[in-house]
Amino acid sequence: MKIIETDIVVIGAGPAGSTTARYAAKGGAKVVMIEKRQEIGSPVRCGEGISKGLLPKMDIDPPARCIAREVVGAKIVSPAGHVLTISEEQAGNEVGIVLDRVFFDKYLAKLAADEGTEILLKTTVVGLLTENGRVTGARATSIEGDLEIHARCVVGADGFESQISRWAGIDTKLNLRDITSCFQYRLTGIDIDPDYCEFTLGSAAPGGYVWIFPKDEDTANVGLGLQLSQLKNPGEIKRTLDKFITNDERLRKGEPLEMVSGAVSTCAPIEKTIGDAILLVGDSARQIDPITGGGISNGCIAGKIAGETLAIATKENDFSERSLQRYERGWREEIEERLYLNWMAKEKLVTLSDETFDKIIETLSEVGVEKLSTLSILQAVKKRYPEIVAEFSDLL
Amino acid sequence: MKSEFEWISIDLQLCMHCGACVGTCPNNALFLHDLTVGANEKCKGCGTCTLVCPVGAIEKEDGSEGR
Repeated sequence: MKIIETDIVVIGAGPAGSTTARYAAKGGAKVVMIEKRQEIGSPVRCGEGISKGLLPKMDIDPPARCIAREVVGAKIVSPAGHVLTISEEQAGNEVGIVLDRVFFDKYLAKLAADEGTEILLKTTVVGLLTENGRVTGARATSIEGDLEIHARCVVGADGFESQISRWAGIDTKLNLRDITSCFQYRLTGIDIDPDYCEFTLGSAAPGGYVWIFPKDEDTANVGLGLQLSQLKNPGEIKRTLDKFITNDERLRKGEPLEMVSGAVSTCAPIEKTIGDAILLVGDSARQIDPITGGGISNGCIAGKIAGETLAIATKENDFSERSLQRYERGWREEIEERLYLNWMAKEKLVTLSDETFDKIIETLSEVGVEKLSTLSILQAVKKRYPEIVAEFSDLL
Repeated sequence: MKSEFEWISIDLQLCMHCGACVGTCPNNALFLHDLTVGANEKCKGCGTCTLVCPVGAIEKEDGSEGR
């Protein structure tokens, strides 16, 4: 059996894993990054929307091919068809750029490789190595046979379906209310406004939304997410999306170029994302925005902090839970409050009726809204519908 | 083609290997290995996976629906 010795092994080469690897390697750690698929960034499992503000913040300047389309704003559509149009600046999260993840993920992995990260593809981790209860690496199967990676720290960047977290005994278990299951087509030949990302709320997607993210003039990612606790029948997600497309004359003539399925967590921040010689980042650490379901920006923000923490840990030769607290504190300072507030808001949003969505969106489209935050929305609606705002009083 | 386990069966024609079921399983009984989803003895037949699967690729062996 082949044995690899390294400081850090990162499991999963998505945005969070690659960013962690990049900054750990940049700080002098020896890093091996493992990806179970044969190609980084493919197949895509994402709506690919991201806010414009992230890229400079992350110290990345992706080549043009990583960006499929820049949009000027978002349209929020109510069940009865009221439309709130907002600019990209007002929208904030997950609006502004529609990525091409096939290229974007490879670019982030390249940045990790540029700093010296060794990358292994088509390699599946099948278990953790432990000594006296402490994680000492991972066992994997690969095209070259079985493999042991002896590492001073294991990073679980293995996504929604994370096994690393479970093997390491970190509690990432989700409530059915905090899981959104999704299906998406990339449709071409459709009649959309290619300058706006569109979100449809209400009973078209109970506990979630339908998204249309333009990839070019007549092509878009058209998908939907539904809250698991509201699902009653197997196959409901794809069927609900198919029905939405059939009922929308702009979309029904489209042809699919791609099908994507997957699930995201929409939970409150979890208690703990580290342990002795183990660290979770990205979807596996549940660092997903509970309202949008977006995880790329949070994964990159947390990944940078994780990588920097691991570089220090390597220099100090200390991968104890105490040393990794730098990461735990760091990512929470950056995103925890927003995740928590958005989870609270989501808990409310999933209970709203179509009539309430209609009232809110109609009002906002008439009086306008400065910023798409819970607070600004409630302020704008307050005058006309004090009873709706009263329902949200614990958020204010 | 189907993968059959004690409590559930997975339609390999429908399965997108997305991992929605793997991340959701409350008993950690499902896994993605060599990009194929499988179940182990920890499966108690709760049926959560049949609902979370976006394409409906998982069925309970006893034919009952959902949870």
